[in-house]
Amino acid sequence: MVGQISSFTLHHCFVIGHLSLVILTMAITVPRPTLNWRERLYLPAIVAGLAITFKHFKNMLLGRTKVTMQYPEQKWDSSLPDHYRGAPALVRDEDGRVRCVACQLCEFICPPRAIKIIPGEIPTADRFAKVEKYPEQFDIDMIRCIFCGMCEEVCPEQAIFLRKDYAITGFTRADMMHHKEKLLEIGGIMHGVVLKWNERK
Amino acid sequence: MGSFFIITSLLKIVGILAVILTMVSYAVYAERRVSAFIQDRLGPNRVGPAGLLQPIADMFKLLLKEDYTPRSVNTFYYWLAPCLAVMPAIITIAVVPFGSTLFGVPMVIADVNVGILFVFAIASLGVYGIVIGGWASNSKYPFLGGIRSSAQMLSYELSLGLAVIPVFLVVGNLRLTSVVRYQIDQGWFIAPFVGDWTDPWKWLLAIPMVISFLVFMIAIFAETNRLPFDLPEAEQELAGGYNIEYSSMKFALYFLGEYAAMITGSAVIVTLFFGGWHFPGIPDGSRGWIFGLINVAVFFAKVAVMIFVFMWVRWTLPRFRWDQLMRLGWLFFFEIALVNIFIVAGLMALLPK
Repeated sequence: MVGQISSFTLHHCFVIGHLSLVILTMAITVPRPTLNWRERLYLPAIVAGLAITFKHFKNMLLGRTKVTMQYPEQKWDSSLPDHYRGAPALVRDEDGRVRCVACQLCEFICPPRAIKIIPGEIPTADRFAKVEKYPEQFDIDMIRCIFCGMCEEVCPEQAIFLRKDYAITGFTRADMMHHKEKLLEIGGIMHGVVLKWNERK
Repeated sequence: MGSFFIITSLLKIVGILAVILTMVSYAVYAERRVSAFIQDRLGPNRVGPAGLLQPIADMFKLLLKEDYTPRSVNTFYYWLAPCLAVMPAIITIAVVPFGSTLFGVPMVIADVNVGILFVFAIASLGVYGIVIGGWASNSKYPFLGGIRSSAQMLSYELSLGLAVIPVFLVVGNLRLTSVVRYQIDQGWFIAPFVGDWTDPWKWLLAIPMVISFLVFMIAIFAETNRLPFDLPEAEQELAGGYNIEYSSMKFALYFLGEYAAMITGSAVIVTLFFGGWHFPGIPDGSRGWIFGLINVAVFFAKVAVMIFVFMWVRWTLPRFRWDQLMRLGWLFFFEIALVNIFIVAGLMALLPK
């Protein structure tokens, strides 16, 4: 069996090689198709073409063809999948506490270095003193962000998520810098135990 | 004659100029929408309701662009060419009757007795705008565009002229108002439904008229540089042809010229073959000014339909190759038009008076 296949392949190779040799050495004459009188008249073809374009025109005019989404009025939002990677954002838990503990792993993993965190210390008298740190400043430069989702993957506290916001706009570079408040506003509250490594997120 | 004639003529000139310029800007809009619809797109629909204010936005854009003159151009001809492209297209409309009468004033600016000759004489000047523009730009692509345009004009002008001869054989007069008058009495040339329409001779005569119409329309396509004969422009081969070196309002003038030529071409086709301002059942302006207005509206509606056909053809057919175009012009349309003349002349001789 194996021998058969290999011999077949060899034979094939030989044929192809031979053909290419032929192609290289002689010009190929492509025969012109012989047209009948209707095709030579050319007018029926024009009329058929006109009929096709008119059909398209008519269907657009009557609103039967629906291919274009009128973007600002109609949006994808309802059909976005759960694993959509939009703008990264910080989330709060049910008690309204910012989950981020300012470990700076996302800052280190971020390929375009879009994230900048300045950690602050939680005083020892505080109820959550064992958390030790909180983000005093948390900035994501949305001009730099490449929506790769590595920050989300690396976060041990499940505090940063890529949300479904995709239209991030601004008039200046400063506008495109998402500060902590903006990030929390986009993020909102994440309920329950978030199973980070489930199949979707 | 006298002051009344001068004042009414001036009013007609201003009025028709306003209508033509408006039609040009909306023809550009219509072109974009029609092409979009044919290609299952939407086209410009953002500026104003259904994008109807788009021409104004376009105009402001073109006015505010930098008017750049390349260093190596021949300045005088470079400036002259866009004007030459627009002028003939607009002048031609002067002899076309665009309505019956309004308050007793005939709705044609100049009812000259050499009407169609005037149309041909002026319309063929349009090629100078392209040729001079192509030469004065001192650049390769515009130059090729200009050369193509002149050769194309030579090949199609001939069949254009020959194609209308049957019309004037039948009418017996070169005046465009009498062409319309004949069609009101005897029925439109390509569809003689008016009057005694059961007369088989009329329908026999309509066959060469349809051929004549087709040849004339195709020649007008070539004359106005529209696809499938837009070789002087040929975006893919010549990157825009004669208008490459032009910017801002000078470029806009070329654009204006193309569309004005299209409108004028449509107006001439409508006048010669579709009964001009006449529509069966609608009386002319001597029965009241409202009918006069309706006649004008009918004329421009017919022109609009013709313009749609222009666009429809443009977005259906691919461009002809250079040799195919020459072959078509010299070997087919010229002969067809020539034979057609003899057929009509023969029919006229046989036709019972």
